[in-house]
Amino acid sequence: MRVKIHVTLKTGVLDPQGKAVQHALGALGFTGITDIRQGKFIEMELSETNDVVAHKTVTNMCEKLLANTVIENYEIEIS
Amino acid sequence: MKAAIIVFPGSNCDRDMQVAIRAASGQEPIMVWHKDTELPQLDLIAVPGGFSYGDYLRSGAIAAHSPIMKEVAERAAMGVPVLGICNGFQILTETGLLPGALMRNAGLKYICRDVWLKVEQTHSIFTRGYDKGQIIRVPIAHHDGNYFCDDVTVNRLEDQNRIAFRYCESDGSVSDDANPNGSRHNIAGILNRRKNILGMMPHPERLISSTLGGSDGKAMFDSAVTALTS
Repeated sequence: MRVKIHVTLKTGVLDPQGKAVQHALGALGFTGITDIRQGKFIEMELSETNDVVAHKTVTNMCEKLLANTVIENYEIEIS
Repeated sequence: MKAAIIVFPGSNCDRDMQVAIRAASGQEPIMVWHKDTELPQLDLIAVPGGFSYGDYLRSGAIAAHSPIMKEVAERAAMGVPVLGICNGFQILTETGLLPGALMRNAGLKYICRDVWLKVEQTHSIFTRGYDKGQIIRVPIAHHDGNYFCDDVTVNRLEDQNRIAFRYCESDGSVSDDANPNGSRHNIAGILNRRKNILGMMPHPERLISSTLGGSDGKAMFDSAVTALTS
């Protein structure tokens, strides 16, 4: 099965890259952007067929390596 | 005194560390490859700067799970002094040996220049060679040195006197202007609660002799050697 993981900075953690991208888009004439948060997108293929087991495994991966939970949140999408 | 320097693929300050420890102790530190799983009896472990694993995923994230780091954590728990500089500091936060995280510099740029540091804490073998409040000049060279931790943690670091160094002006005043990377409370280096682990972004090992442009980093290595050999 295919698993998609979004890693984003926690609310309240300053995101200088997101801010820089927002300024650059503003300079290009894109108006009305009230906030931008930049994150990471990780996609993986698993041999596991049980959604619940896969979710548990990927959560463990996020906690141990893929996200730094001091500063980041993660969301797991299984399809 | 027996010291070990952990070497990862992408470490680039390992030999600076080797020179600094050799100069201070008169003995040759051992270089330990990250795939090793055991350390001999040691007095000091140094985790050097560089770009371990190309800073993939996050700076220090992959190195933190190298086979040798489990052994480093065990020795640290036994009280063996551990010094992590730059990428070494990032690795120590990723392993959980020190709290917080090192994020992208607030100005987004890689910064390589000398900065002024205020010595805030002298009760560790790494900082006892300095006077409390002493101002020293040490280079920084990093892209991810923006120290972040939550309010509870930063208050704990302050209350427990675990902030070793702060970025400051040349006169010692701690200001936003003197903060090169956006670190909370101008933090440049912190200690664990037991004060046997020091992590810092600036590079004292690059400034141990006047031929290198200054010797403000020398006291760190000298004081550690004195404490460990007396």
